[in-house]
Amino acid sequence: MAKVPVQFTLNGAEKAEFIDSGTTLLHALRDKIGDTSPKGGCHQGTCGACTVIIDGELRLSCLTLAETCNGAAVTTTSGLSEGGVLHSLQRAFLDAFATQCGFCTPGMIMAAKVLLDHTPNPSREDVVEALSGNICRCTGYEPIIQAVLTAARSNSQNAV
Amino acid sequence: MELRKSYFADQRKDDLHEIGQPRPRSDSPGHVTGKTTYFADRNFPGMLHLKMVRSPHHHARIRSIDTSEAEKHPGVVKVLTAKDVPHNVYTILILIQIGPEDETVLADGKVRWKGEAVVAVLAETERAAQEAAAKVKVDYEVLPAVFDMEEALKPDAPIVNEYHGRNYYLYDSGECRKVRFGDVEAGFATADHVLEQTYQSSPIEHAPTETTGCIVAPEGNDRFTCYTNTQAMFFTLDNASIILQMPGNKLHFVGGTVGGGFGGKVDVIVEPIAILGAKLTGRPVCFVYSREEEMQISSPRAAEKVVIKDGVMNDGRIVARKVTGYTDAGAYSRHSPYGAQKGAGHYPGPYTIPNVWIDTYCVYTNRTPSSAMRGFGVTIGDFALEVQMDKLARLIGMDPLEFRFINAYRDGDMKAHRQPTEGAALIECMQEASRAANWPVAEKFMTMSSYAKGA
Ligand code: FES
Ligand code: FES
Repeated sequence: MAKVPVQFTLNGAEKAEFIDSGTTLLHALRDKIGDTSPKGGCHQGTCGACTVIIDGELRLSCLTLAETCNGAAVTTTSGLSEGGVLHSLQRAFLDAFATQCGFCTPGMIMAAKVLLDHTPNPSREDVVEALSGNICRCTGYEPIIQAVLTAARSNSQNAV
Repeated sequence: MELRKSYFADQRKDDLHEIGQPRPRSDSPGHVTGKTTYFADRNFPGMLHLKMVRSPHHHARIRSIDTSEAEKHPGVVKVLTAKDVPHNVYTILILIQIGPEDETVLADGKVRWKGEAVVAVLAETERAAQEAAAKVKVDYEVLPAVFDMEEALKPDAPIVNEYHGRNYYLYDSGECRKVRFGDVEAGFATADHVLEQTYQSSPIEHAPTETTGCIVAPEGNDRFTCYTNTQAMFFTLDNASIILQMPGNKLHFVGGTVGGGFGGKVDVIVEPIAILGAKLTGRPVCFVYSREEEMQISSPRAAEKVVIKDGVMNDGRIVARKVTGYTDAGAYSRHSPYGAQKGAGHYPGPYTIPNVWIDTYCVYTNRTPSSAMRGFGVTIGDFALEVQMDKLARLIGMDPLEFRFINAYRDGDMKAHRQPTEGAALIECMQEASRAANWPVAEKFMTMSSYAKGA
């Protein structure tokens, strides 16, 4: 099968790969580039475990062809902490017991990040809506919702 | 959270270093940074993908299997059928002497449920494996199937599983697990009221976010490393060793974080065939369920039927309980004979009842084999029992919580399966529940204790 080149930034770093045409971004990230923080729970757009951010927008990487990401800025959960310091969302998920098996967590954090980037002070309903595409089978959603609200509060406190 | 130290004060110690001290979870930092390694977070050069050809029928004889077209499909490296599996007929619990071996790794001559594995295809890519699997031709003669436990237990029902020869598991105690305690008929005769009710449940799928799977890498020294999300590491290792007729020291199992299991990952399904594929091709093999397979193929919690007959006095005492429980194992045993057995011990509930009669059946039908799931064998029973308790309380016009205080087991009480009650804390839990739920009960119940009655 003919290979096609793809080039994008992943968490700020330049990445270039030759991939089979039709490869999903999820496969490219996990199997080619080696960022396994996005997870494959269904490969059909129903679970949200593969959620990443592309140019500021929430995307399911299992339904995104890698070759459509040329020139894009891709963000994943593995790129969130800076200099070993956890991002406020990561901190809040950890403190609020919002992760159990952890398989849904990277996707949840991505969905929450896009929400807070656009809506720094979300209502509970905003959070529920923002996470509605992400399935968690372990923790129950309440600690996750609380973690996102806590992160929003700590962000706004740090901003003043 | 508040720790009530007044309970069992004579049994507690407050100067312990670890117990009672909160500790941060050691796995959370990995989870929130995406660094936790799940079995699939690995990639080996030259890794093959395994896809199963599955039975489209609930019950059928296999007349023939033709893999020739599939073998010619570009990218296909190996196609496996029953004859390639060294010890094809197995059962998980043989390790604890619960036999007979009744399940095929790859179907041999017959399929007994819709979705049963028939042929395994190994190819360079997932896509090639999938396409080639669609080219395998299996000629089936469809047989009558049975989906209902009552139908399955009728004398003229089609036999689901010839290794049993009958549609129920034969325990050493006979056609069911039995608990006999006191004289249940005499109990019913003295009761003020007798209530018999039937409770039924459907199978329940665990639906873990991470699907079942494994990656097997052949090592240079004739050993195989199996990275798996099994919840039953040693069960899987030992069963793989039996199925592959390979000494355990050739198998190196690496577990780790499971992306949700809930009991759904305790069966031994993906590992043996993936190891076999790695052995016969000399290449790493990945076998991971698609979401569809996870939902349709992996064992669910068994469907159950529970018939409860209770004799109760107007003063609230349950004097007799008779339970007949049915567990739908599906086509194969897996963990279900054990689940049904657990039910037998559990059905009296956390209550002290002087006359008890329990029968639990493990029944075979042409449905997806059921297996472990969070408290299998007892959870559905608990639902049935507690609904029954509410109904009994209503029948005699008593508060449902007070009714449970009257019947709660306490230290020293003999349970129906002849195990004396020790360390019970049911009374105390109900006292706390009464406070927390703002559901007041009479003072005499709030001063009761689980410590031996009259002591
Ligand atoms: S893997 Fe993409 S939504 Fe489930
Ligand atoms: S923590 Fe397991 S799926 Fe969410």
